[in-house]
Amino acid sequence: MNTHFGPYGGQYIPETLMPVLHQLEAAYLAARNDPDFQAELRDLLVNYVGRESPLYPAKRLTAHCGGAQIFLKREDLNHTGAHKVNNTIGQALLAKRMGKTRLIAETGAGMHGVATATAAALLGMRCDVFMGALDVSRQAPNVERMRTLGANVIAVDAGSATLKDAMNEAIRDWAATSEDTFYCIGTVAGPHPYPTIVRDFQSVIGLEARRQCLERTGRLPDEVIACVGGGSNAMGIFAGFLDDAAVKLTGVEAGGDGLASGRHAASINGGRIGVLHGCKTYLLQDENGQITETHSVSAGLDYPGVGPEHCFLADSGRAQYVTIDDGEAVAAFELLSRLEGIIPALESSHAVAQALKAAPRYGKDRIIIVNLSGRGDKDMASVRQYKESHQ
Amino acid sequence: MKRLQQIFAAGKKALVIFDSCGAPDMTESEARLEEIITHGADILELGIPFSDPMADGPVIQQASQQALRNGATLGKILDMAGRIRRRHPETGMIVFGYYNIFLQYGIPALFRRLRELDIDGILIVDLPYEERGEVVPEAEKNGISLIPLIGPSTDITRAAMLTADADGFVYCINARGVTGARAQLPPELSDRLDALRRVSPAPVAAGFGIADAASAAAVSRHADAVVVGSAAVRLSRPALGQFIRSLKDALI
Repeated sequence: MNTHFGPYGGQYIPETLMPVLHQLEAAYLAARNDPDFQAELRDLLVNYVGRESPLYPAKRLTAHCGGAQIFLKREDLNHTGAHKVNNTIGQALLAKRMGKTRLIAETGAGMHGVATATAAALLGMRCDVFMGALDVSRQAPNVERMRTLGANVIAVDAGSATLKDAMNEAIRDWAATSEDTFYCIGTVAGPHPYPTIVRDFQSVIGLEARRQCLERTGRLPDEVIACVGGGSNAMGIFAGFLDDAAVKLTGVEAGGDGLASGRHAASINGGRIGVLHGCKTYLLQDENGQITETHSVSAGLDYPGVGPEHCFLADSGRAQYVTIDDGEAVAAFELLSRLEGIIPALESSHAVAQALKAAPRYGKDRIIIVNLSGRGDKDMASVRQYKESHQ
Repeated sequence: MKRLQQIFAAGKKALVIFDSCGAPDMTESEARLEEIITHGADILELGIPFSDPMADGPVIQQASQQALRNGATLGKILDMAGRIRRRHPETGMIVFGYYNIFLQYGIPALFRRLRELDIDGILIVDLPYEERGEVVPEAEKNGISLIPLIGPSTDITRAAMLTADADGFVYCINARGVTGARAQLPPELSDRLDALRRVSPAPVAAGFGIADAASAAAVSRHADAVVVGSAAVRLSRPALGQFIRSLKDALI
């Protein structure tokens, strides 16, 4: 397997974990080529996750924008309410196949933690989820969900007590426990082979969306839009269209208070190349290479790095990466709720907001697909707090 | 002969001490390093603080954060290393840290500076063999030893590959997990160290988990050097100096 995407990616990890990564790569390659593994995964995606997810024509949103037809890829309708479960089911099956009995995961907003806890319960595995202490207090409902599912949630006080620190702690645990423990990474970052594994498990989104679009409209979309924190939902939907050169791919980073404010989580638009959590990627960091704190109204986008394949797609020009700030995302959150009866996750609201900007620039015969990566039930408190502090 | 080779050529077991540089602040950090040297350390590992030290346990994490809060930077630490070098021409000195800090400083600039300061080597925690391509030419050009890490699950074939061109020493990680003192070291450690010393062309230093003089003595039977980090980092002067002396006296 390629360990890098151009100059990005790689395995920047202590030697203690290198043999573990080599075993993981070998096990993943074997599973990928094993029809039984693929059949078991497919069965769970259909009968447990509820795939395929609809490609829904958002007619009232389209009429509101007055341009391209907007379709929503409804990953919010998956079991557990987001795209994360596509990956955790796949990794948990792989873990089981490798003889591991315990899953660990990092989580920010808690969606990946919930999806990992879900897969662990389903397959009868122990589960520990590392979560920054700040996020534990900000995302109480998801903490309760994980505990209900039988997972142990470990609050991480180190550093900034957010997602990056949770990931540090998960890596530390893994270095000590890899004999019986599988680290289930939630995004297309981390050391090789994780960016490839997570992309492959999420590529079901793009493969479905491409086929559904062709079946429904007889043609491919003009543009595909997805939000990017670490970038797993974006990589998943992009994967279906990478070879269709005419399909424009747009990743939307969290602009926070605006790029110029310095308070954002836009690693590609506002960062520099560096190394964190096992991969070379664009990072938000100070002039000395210390990782800086990020800001976004959406906890799931609040990460100082980004998946290395996105960096490669940005450099090559195959995908473009833009930013949407907090205010635009919250406005899109409310608009989609009122116009379509769909409450999107704040993460996905960034992609919706970009579609609102892009659609009027196209004719009515054009098509935009937005990856609606998750539902927004978890975000009620965040939106209320945002509005109270921005009146 | 290079300085590190001279240290090991003396035939005695070497004492390698890691300290989190810049902690608690730059002034006290320099005093600590001075005390560590005068109480018997043969080689200093100058720990460079990083915001996200994924291989470190709580003691070094906290020291790193304190150092960063008090303004430590790689540049300031290298300046300090230069002053220590002038006072202690015989002490081995290794820069020890995470790759991003070195990458942002600039790899060619870093290795030029290490040569100017007469620093002996560098250990980059998260730069395994497979990724070291962009530093090897600079290290060779400037005569700086790259210290390889050997992990608890690194098999002997891979260990031979990792150590093939080592010319300073190799660092054997004694136990799985992160840095920090442990009540017990793994029982198979002595066999691993013996096997590693057979394949490695460079001396073997054993680190991770060494808590006191007794464990240092036990490990030193099977290694050319022992490395102590967290157990020293958590002490203040003058207890620090006494602890270093006790380690030095214990080496067999």
